[in-house]
Amino acid sequence: MKGETLKDTIETVANYVDLIVLRHPYDGAARWAADVTTNRMKRGHKKVPIINGGDGKNEHPTQAMLDLYSIKKTQKRIDGLDIAIVGDLKYGRTVHSLAYALALYDCRIRFVAPEILQIPEHIEAYLKRRNVKYTKHSKIEEVISDVDIIYMTRIQKERFPDENEYNKVRGIFKLNRSMLSKAKTTMRVLHPLPRVDEISVDVDEDIRAYYFEQAGNGIPVRMALLSLILGGEENE
Amino acid sequence: MSEYTANVKLNTTKKGLIVRLIKDGTVIDHIPPGKGIKIAELLNLFNQDSVVIIGQNLESTKYGKKDIIKVENRFLKSEEYNKISLIAPYATINIIKNYEIVEKKKVVIPDVLEDVALCNNANCISNKEPVPSKLYVISKEPLIVMCHYCGYEFSGENIRLKT
Ligand SMILES: [Zn+2]
Repeated sequence: MKGETLKDTIETVANYVDLIVLRHPYDGAARWAADVTTNRMKRGHKKVPIINGGDGKNEHPTQAMLDLYSIKKTQKRIDGLDIAIVGDLKYGRTVHSLAYALALYDCRIRFVAPEILQIPEHIEAYLKRRNVKYTKHSKIEEVISDVDIIYMTRIQKERFPDENEYNKVRGIFKLNRSMLSKAKTTMRVLHPLPRVDEISVDVDEDIRAYYFEQAGNGIPVRMALLSLILGGEENE
Repeated sequence: MSEYTANVKLNTTKKGLIVRLIKDGTVIDHIPPGKGIKIAELLNLFNQDSVVIIGQNLESTKYGKKDIIKVENRFLKSEEYNKISLIAPYATINIIKNYEIVEKKKVVIPDVLEDVALCNNANCISNKEPVPSKLYVISKEPLIVMCHYCGYEFSGENIRLKT
């Protein structure tokens, strides 16, 4: 991609394929790509859907779908749950998509992050408009005994515009097994992976650890998504 | 420009005279005080030959104080109405032909700002690549907009117009 615009890449690749999964460093890239293929369709070409595989620090919707699936699978419901989201809520695109997705259900969200990494204002405004129940916290200990899901995220150095800002918050949240003693036994720990040090390895042995299975849930969820978009269910 | 301002001030005491000063052109009235220059810049009024008069801090019965712009031989395009509405939501546009007001319009903030203003998110694709900007107006008072591409939502006070 030697300086080629995203528009040109999409205009080109759309001739080769039936569907494009796009991961891109800029926010809103997937929406723009979808506009490009829609305009292409208006010029008489076939439809080429775009799946957002993560755009900058904006969203990662297929991760949110597998997160919802994992929550439902472990808790048998989504409505009425108390869900903590921990870590980098400002730059974490999986968090943004999960917050938007949970806003469609009747659950309580606890955003746990240091002030500078709290959930972005525009997402908070969205949650307020939808009357979503949420609170903001600075410590995992404040919420761990109440929640049904604790969704850990890593603090990613590459998302920070400024290294000093990163150094102030790296390693600030660490979930270990002794902290889990205060949690419900039915509580489950989720993480979009890969982890760095925000979940210590002793948690892996606890019944509440679900992050590796969660990653596995990406397969059926993404298969279902491809099938829905490409009409695969007709071939069963 | 100071003599123009003085001229305008004198004429405001006699209602209506201000408008009749130009033969053909546009008068933009009810601009918030201090925003007149900004709108003149936005409309590129300084890079042309015709007469431009900017009045600042004139008395306004409705709003206390106001700015006013008068420009000769210049009529506005619809995207210019949109731009003005973002800075001066209560502005009135008077179209003057042969010293008479032939049309009086109020600016209206559109529901969608197509390629008028920039997204406030520096990492947005619309600021990184040649992409037409698109902002949805989700509230007019106070003005709040949301980017079509990245979903970023921000207040009208922070809006930067495309030049
Ligand atoms: Zn944007």
